[in-house]
Amino acid sequence: MSGKSHPVFRSGMLLGLIALLGTGLLAGVNELTHERILEQEKLRVLQQLNEILPASSYDNDLLEDRIEIENAPSFHHPEPVVVYRARMHGRPVAVLMIVTAPDGYNGDIRLIVGIDASGTVIGVRVVAHRETPGLGDPIETGKSDWILGFTGKSLHNPQAAGWAVKRDGGEFDQFTGATITPRAVVKAVHNALLYFAANRQTLFSANMDREQAG
Amino acid sequence: MKPGQLKQILAEGAWRQNTGLVVLLGLCPLLAVTGTVINGLALGLATMLTLMVSNLSVSLLRGLLKPDIRIPAFVLIIASVVTVIELLMHAFFSDLYRVLGIFIPLIVTNCAIIGRAEAFASRNAPLPSLVDGFATGLGFCLTLVLLGALRELTGHGTLLAGASMLFGESGRGLTLTIIPNHPGFLLAILPPGAFFGLALLIAARNAWQARKPAQTVAPLIVDRHET
Repeated sequence: MSGKSHPVFRSGMLLGLIALLGTGLLAGVNELTHERILEQEKLRVLQQLNEILPASSYDNDLLEDRIEIENAPSFHHPEPVVVYRARMHGRPVAVLMIVTAPDGYNGDIRLIVGIDASGTVIGVRVVAHRETPGLGDPIETGKSDWILGFTGKSLHNPQAAGWAVKRDGGEFDQFTGATITPRAVVKAVHNALLYFAANRQTLFSANMDREQAG
Repeated sequence: MKPGQLKQILAEGAWRQNTGLVVLLGLCPLLAVTGTVINGLALGLATMLTLMVSNLSVSLLRGLLKPDIRIPAFVLIIASVVTVIELLMHAFFSDLYRVLGIFIPLIVTNCAIIGRAEAFASRNAPLPSLVDGFATGLGFCLTLVLLGALRELTGHGTLLAGASMLFGESGRGLTLTIIPNHPGFLLAILPPGAFFGLALLIAARNAWQARKPAQTVAPLIVDRHET
């Protein structure tokens, strides 16, 4: 080593400099895009919710009026169920629940289930799934109208035995070559209805944050 | 830089050393996202942009980078570039961002990018390096689009489905239904279809090359530096 700094030290400094530049760049871009990304995410959720419940049918801030139900055994899933509550002039209109069907063919199927104040399904949509393309994916609205068949159903229409696919003696169609996927969705929607019926009052009450419910 | 050299770099990157069909690098995203033309095109463009920016940066820094730290430096540069692209895509093409998902950040691990940084950009001037990034990216992007078209056409009977994710609302009209009432061909959509499709494309390219006997077969890896 002469009076000059050690080559390893110089290399380290250089790498550090590049890391610093990269980090600075990322921080800058993050600063620029952060707001927009948050907005896009909000917009997407709202779009999905409004597909079930038209924006004109409620007047509250749907995205802000939400609660999370943790450890609800009736949903058979560890993840908290997010519930958005729609109101008109302060009166309950509907709830939109993000529920997870744990027993899809390829794992979880995430659904939005919309239930109006009287306990009737106003719509169901799939948010995310990993079902087999071509076999299980008719649960998407883009692929078939199957999921629209839930609209107008309730706990009394059909009765409990009817809440199953036809192969199991219920009244919902299965798909050619795929019974597990529709079975999981039917069960999840039915569970959401059961939960709604049992907890209707608390679901709409102002603050149920973090409350344990079953 | 002479125009002849530029043309040669373009031909090398896009055709003779095509990342997807000849060098067979970056196959993981290539096979995974090519279910449709739009997915392929989007990932292809993102990869092309990454290649251009990383090649340019590496070339500009090539005087400073000692051999012993060049690889970590490349990785730092590429990772930064990809993350910037990921953030921008999330903000401005959020539908597409969700479709491509994990494969955007995984561009970092596409060997083609670090390969070009090492084999070309670290020993050439900025302009040729930029052109090389463009050419390599173009070749990769075209392969992705071709494979996507093959699979989408046989699997769904459409082309350019979901164009609105890339081109906005005006893109809705771009979707072409080539085969009406197509029952859907599952094999083409599922992962095996990607392998079959890629095999067909490579075979087609080789058959094309074989018709021109004058040209020698391109070496598999261009690395005049080591080994």
